[in-house]
Amino acid sequence: MSRPDSALPSASAPSLAPPSGRVVLSASDISRALRRMAHEVLEHNKGATDLVVLGIPTRGVALAQRLVDALADVEGTDVPVGALDVTMYRDDLRQQPIRTAHATQIPASGIDDKVVVLVDDVLYSGRTVRAALDALGDLGRPRAVRLAVLVDRGHRELPIRADHVGKNLPTAKSERVHVRLREHDQADEVRIVEGESA
Amino acid sequence: MKHLLSAADLSKDQTLQILDTAEQMHEVQHREVKKLPALRGRTIVNLFFEDSTRTRSSFEIAGKWLSADVINVSAKGSSVSKGESLRDTVLTVAAMGVDGLVIRHHASGAPHQVAQWVDAMVVNAGDGMHEHPTQALLDAYSMRQRLGDLDGRHVAIVGDLTHSRVVRSNLILLKTLGAHVTLVAPPTLMPSGIADWAKDEGFDTSYDLDDVLPHVDAAMMLRVQRERMSGGFFPTAREYTVGYGLTRQRLKVLPEHAVICHPGPMNRGLEITADAADEARSLILDQVSAGVAVRMSVLYHLLASSEGAEN
Repeated sequence: MSRPDSALPSASAPSLAPPSGRVVLSASDISRALRRMAHEVLEHNKGATDLVVLGIPTRGVALAQRLVDALADVEGTDVPVGALDVTMYRDDLRQQPIRTAHATQIPASGIDDKVVVLVDDVLYSGRTVRAALDALGDLGRPRAVRLAVLVDRGHRELPIRADHVGKNLPTAKSERVHVRLREHDQADEVRIVEGESA
Repeated sequence: MKHLLSAADLSKDQTLQILDTAEQMHEVQHREVKKLPALRGRTIVNLFFEDSTRTRSSFEIAGKWLSADVINVSAKGSSVSKGESLRDTVLTVAAMGVDGLVIRHHASGAPHQVAQWVDAMVVNAGDGMHEHPTQALLDAYSMRQRLGDLDGRHVAIVGDLTHSRVVRSNLILLKTLGAHVTLVAPPTLMPSGIADWAKDEGFDTSYDLDDVLPHVDAAMMLRVQRERMSGGFFPTAREYTVGYGLTRQRLKVLPEHAVICHPGPMNRGLEITADAADEARSLILDQVSAGVAVRMSVLYHLLASSEGAEN
């Protein structure tokens, strides 16, 4: 069954956000960060030519759509947007209960010879991004892949870095970063919650 | 959920989870690289004690697209034909360190028995006239693709109910999903005692297809299993078609939105005419292509995690 290319998966992940912890990014901070990242992406790419933005479910998909909206505001062109599910490519499938796969939706223009901007909410160990790179390899051969994240909280376990970061947020491993987005959680904010296992 | 032996093993949540995942798996079929690494390093043996090209190859493709190593063992040409018992065959295969066994057997209940002998995950790929849970899942998947949520939908299962293993799994699964089922068959192919069972389980039975057809959302035509029939269950093929075949005339009374299913292989001209099999409302080819996606989803749910499924 085919879907329209522009349609993105509907919000399905439950809201995680407890009202505890401290807010480190407010709604306006998130909005400003995305606008800045849009400018950075365009500057680095010298325009919007050949760009494809792919969000990693769940919240990365909403952020990808917002980034594309910001790109349209700045540049006045529509950049193709899609979703890239990495569930099947994770290296911890055996250690975890079964994860439900989300939709992968690649724009009709494909990703071959395009500059793919992967978008996720939090960059942590880097394992999700590694899985995303593997998933991309099965879908085509982009000219370049760039990584945009709203929050980089450190503690990398793989040699991976983000090209565009909304906010660098040094955290302790025992802390947890909760990204809430209005598409899923009725509010825009990033909180750090103490004392939870990561 | 460690094994999939019966459609009754699945709760509504688990069923929906498998069908939702199958939707994502289906997308892989349209890719250039039809491969996901989810079952890398896992070994699955397809143990087929009964011939089946369709089911066996669909399990084989499903396993391979998930990067599992898949081995096919068929009774013919194996030590089974030299007189080895089911238990010894299964224990021998299991001793080689396989993670999953997909079993088709002519004896009802064989996969249940096998599941007690081995640690490996067991999937029932059809046992005698008993069950065929992955077929029911792919039927539900195909209907869901066209009709949306099956809750409250009306499905008629028509034909050789006595010899069908598809019907039992479908009844259980459709009930789990909230659909209403009417079983339609000539009295000779309606299993004895089914009326009482039907009443308990909350579905209907009928001998009159023309009466039921105008009110259904899906017509599932079953194959007349001539190879399983030892006696005369109906006088002539022509008479069966007149009474219970999905003919060109009957297509006119089938509602516009309703879909046509058939688990295959079809006896064209007997239970279904070429007109019905090839028309836009027919899901028959969709069912075949869904077979791989649904079986990928089942194997993923049973084998990807060592801790089992969420639900």
